[in-house]
Amino acid sequence: MSILDKFAPLGQSYAQLRELGADPFAVTFDSMRSPVEATIDGRPVLVFGSNNYLGLTFDPRMVESGIEALRTYGAGTTGSRIANGTYLGHTSLEHKLAEFFGRRSAMVFTTGYQANLAMISTLAGRDDVLLLDADSHASIYDGSRLSAAQVIRFRHNDPDDLARRLRRLEGQPGDRLIVVEGIYSMLGDRARMAEIAQVKRETGATLLVDEAHSLGVLGANGRGAAEEAGVEDDADFVVGTFSKSLGGIGGFCVSNLPDFDILRVCCRPYMFTASLPPSVVATVQRGLERMVEQPELRQTLHRNAHRLYDGLSAAGFILGPEPGPIVSVRLPDVAVAATFWTALLQEGVYVNLALPPATPDSHPLLRTSVTAAHTDAQVDRAIATLTKIGAALGVLETNNG
Amino acid sequence: MADFQEIVEHIIGHLRKVVPPGTEIAAESRIVGDLGLDSLVVMNFVMALEDDFDVSLTMDSLAKVETVGDLARTLEALTKR
Repeated sequence: MSILDKFAPLGQSYAQLRELGADPFAVTFDSMRSPVEATIDGRPVLVFGSNNYLGLTFDPRMVESGIEALRTYGAGTTGSRIANGTYLGHTSLEHKLAEFFGRRSAMVFTTGYQANLAMISTLAGRDDVLLLDADSHASIYDGSRLSAAQVIRFRHNDPDDLARRLRRLEGQPGDRLIVVEGIYSMLGDRARMAEIAQVKRETGATLLVDEAHSLGVLGANGRGAAEEAGVEDDADFVVGTFSKSLGGIGGFCVSNLPDFDILRVCCRPYMFTASLPPSVVATVQRGLERMVEQPELRQTLHRNAHRLYDGLSAAGFILGPEPGPIVSVRLPDVAVAATFWTALLQEGVYVNLALPPATPDSHPLLRTSVTAAHTDAQVDRAIATLTKIGAALGVLETNNG
Repeated sequence: MADFQEIVEHIIGHLRKVVPPGTEIAAESRIVGDLGLDSLVVMNFVMALEDDFDVSLTMDSLAKVETVGDLARTLEALTKR
């Protein structure tokens, strides 16, 4: 008997997956030769599963900024933001983020996960109600579990269901905090921001938008789904991450609320963890500048996204609802998905394997993501490789369309 | 709105659509343990029930639900508010 016995069923599922040749949770990249080229077990692979949407991880100016900060400030801060872990870089990055979003205030967190954990658990207090999209990321669900508020889920991306649930709360005291994501991480679909913002306005609720996958991707300036929909004023809090478009790690929240800074002394996931290393902060700040300086990266990303989506769709794959940086292929069952994923890797294409219950329905997904750094030839090779394996496994719809 | 037994019958009506034909369902049936439903199926059928009774179940209250009867009692309490 062991305290780990309760994980035996999970262990069996994992063992079954490995028997199919797939161990998607233990992939090790030996080297990265570019934002989209790596080696795994000594073999070259094209990376089509990274979230590195703008392909900035090897931007020379970002790398140099990081090296300079590493030399100037050392390897780490060895402290939390409220103790000895706030350096000039952290406050400077917060100012730049606030400026970029046109907001009064910004807070930087050590990861994007912690940003959601911190904001959601702190904003929603005992008498409040959290309204979460049913397909929310784990960080949102975990933040809600850490909160003392009542938690209600609404149907994925369904403003009418959200409105109904808010109506049912009429007369009940407390604040209502709606949490949505700009782009949902599994199927890559965009939030119906305009309608959600309208529900928020009509009901007097507070709105938090997680732009993790939409920062640098959506909106004329890359500020995300709220910018694209023209409803930034309705997004009381915008949360995001540095580990996708900005090519680093860390999280943030920006807001116009005048008393925002009080959160610095009550957000536990902000207060009780070490702050980001100065080198990461410097890299991310340079990444933010590079993103603003190069709006063409966003256009290239969208062109690549359409190329991949259209190519896979034409081949007969069942995909998520719309083209975007995340293009997910729906597969019938875990065995097929694991076999497919393993074959892809053998053919030199890495994608993410997403399994239920992390997927929106009971189907597994091959979750591919494109970047601005992919060439047309690389996208075409990914399409051809997926199509070849898909045909061999019999998962292409022959009567597509 | 409805009494406990009516709510149980209503829930069973929904469950019949998602369990294999012939599966016995009673108030004492454990929704996950006995009926073998996965969390996604449960979520969808709970959302349908929420529409029918015009209530929202909190995640906390759902976490305490094990049997059909537990769910019926939770819905009954909400509809009587």
